[in-house]
Amino acid sequence: MRPHGYVRARSVADALAVHAAHPGARYLAGGTNLVDLMKLGVARPTVLIDVRRLPLDRVEETAGGGLLVGATVRNSDLAAHPLVRSRYPALSQSLLSGASGQLRNAATTGGNLLQRTRCGYFQDVSKPCNKREPGSGCPAVEGSHRELAVLGHSPHCVATHPSDMAVALTALDASVHLRGVSGTRALPVSEFHRLPGDRPELDTRLRPGELVVGVELPPVPPGARCAYRKVRDRASCAFALVSVAARLAVENGRIVHAALAFGGLAHRPWRAWTAEERLVGAPATGASFARAAEAELEAAEPLRDNAFKVRLAGDLAVQVLGTLAGEGA
Amino acid sequence: MEPTAGSGDPADAAGATASVVTLHVNGVARTLAVDHRTTLLDALRERLSVTGPKKGCDHGQCGACTVLVDGRRMLACLLPAVAWDGARVLTAEGLSEGGRLHPVQAAFVARDALQCGYCTPGQVCSAVGVLSEAAEGHPSLATPAGPARTGGGLPPPVRLTPEEIRERMSGNLCRCGAYAQIVAAVGDVAP
Repeated sequence: MRPHGYVRARSVADALAVHAAHPGARYLAGGTNLVDLMKLGVARPTVLIDVRRLPLDRVEETAGGGLLVGATVRNSDLAAHPLVRSRYPALSQSLLSGASGQLRNAATTGGNLLQRTRCGYFQDVSKPCNKREPGSGCPAVEGSHRELAVLGHSPHCVATHPSDMAVALTALDASVHLRGVSGTRALPVSEFHRLPGDRPELDTRLRPGELVVGVELPPVPPGARCAYRKVRDRASCAFALVSVAARLAVENGRIVHAALAFGGLAHRPWRAWTAEERLVGAPATGASFARAAEAELEAAEPLRDNAFKVRLAGDLAVQVLGTLAGEGA
Repeated sequence: MEPTAGSGDPADAAGATASVVTLHVNGVARTLAVDHRTTLLDALRERLSVTGPKKGCDHGQCGACTVLVDGRRMLACLLPAVAWDGARVLTAEGLSEGGRLHPVQAAFVARDALQCGYCTPGQVCSAVGVLSEAAEGHPSLATPAGPARTGGGLPPPVRLTPEEIRERMSGNLCRCGAYAQIVAAVGDVAP
């Protein structure tokens, strides 16, 4: 790790100003991923700008009946929040599916969105990696890629996004609130992360120096229920092979609202727009769920050792949707 | 470069690579200058001779460095010491009171919930954190969806079944495989 400066930001404006003066700076919140990447030599900031103590640690109801979550709300507190548990159980379940109790007590909402892939080549500075060193190559395409992408990857990068929370937020139509020196903006979580294309070094559409200040959840559609389920190599404390976040509303046996997102399959949480189109208006049956999942996963291009993910993702989606339809009946 | 206070003027602090911090370790204020690269774990072990928290993986995956920071269990290996200036840090050494073991420690002894003991200080601190999280009604992935609490008041405590204990303690590895006795020990102390 190289020597670096440290600044405790007094305000969001202060944080942005320090970053503008130090282009090699990185924002620090819980540090659960960034500090590890610094130890590994993957991240080499010149200055850490500590935003953890900024007043962005609140969960508030919005006028429209949604929820505004501050960027420094801890993962464990968000998972335990009564309004999250009652209205957005998929979000609570996704958070509780990630990492360990100790890590969730430190990790924040903003940091969770910005965590980086756990691809082994990205984390090993002795190996080439286009995400870490653009142009150096991607050994994962022919190498160890059982955990990596089956959708939306490119010859330059086959990494997956590691967040569970972001998958739930994607299905729940959440948006990310950003502050930069030129002002504020919001992006849907489904558009916040990028596909790798020929710029795999860019995980998100965040502009240089921009700070995540919060996440907004819109109100729950009438009659809709949601859930998150994750499949991994061990029962706890592991990243997803495949995960599914889904929200469903059924009236008189017909699907009137459907939202579906996959984790562990791509460089970003994968919003299953094609499946959703098939689902809305269809009867809420296992056959409908299977056809919708199949339509979505037709686009899959598995690598040598991860074709199992395609079948697993389809089966998991059918199971989660079936459970939600059963609860709604 | 001369250490500066961690909360000093941003323009100056950005250039310094070390700062003076005060950590309240097991009830005692300890003030020291730390290189910004120093983790809380290294500050405790190498600078303050508090060696209860162990360095297992040093990457947040094993739980051996678990301590209670401002009352919550965290991994000291991933916390930059400078960022936790002013924090109250409780390690396994600080759990006993008046020479008497903390109930979690006593339960580990009674259940023989260890073999080599390397992971034990982290297991014990983690278990203390688990007990307070459950008492405050924090759910885990093993917690059944209960009736939604929409009104005021505190959420009901979560009952720590063996399944709950296994899930909540999953961030603490034990290479000796004392898990069965660890689950029993935590269960003994759970209300």
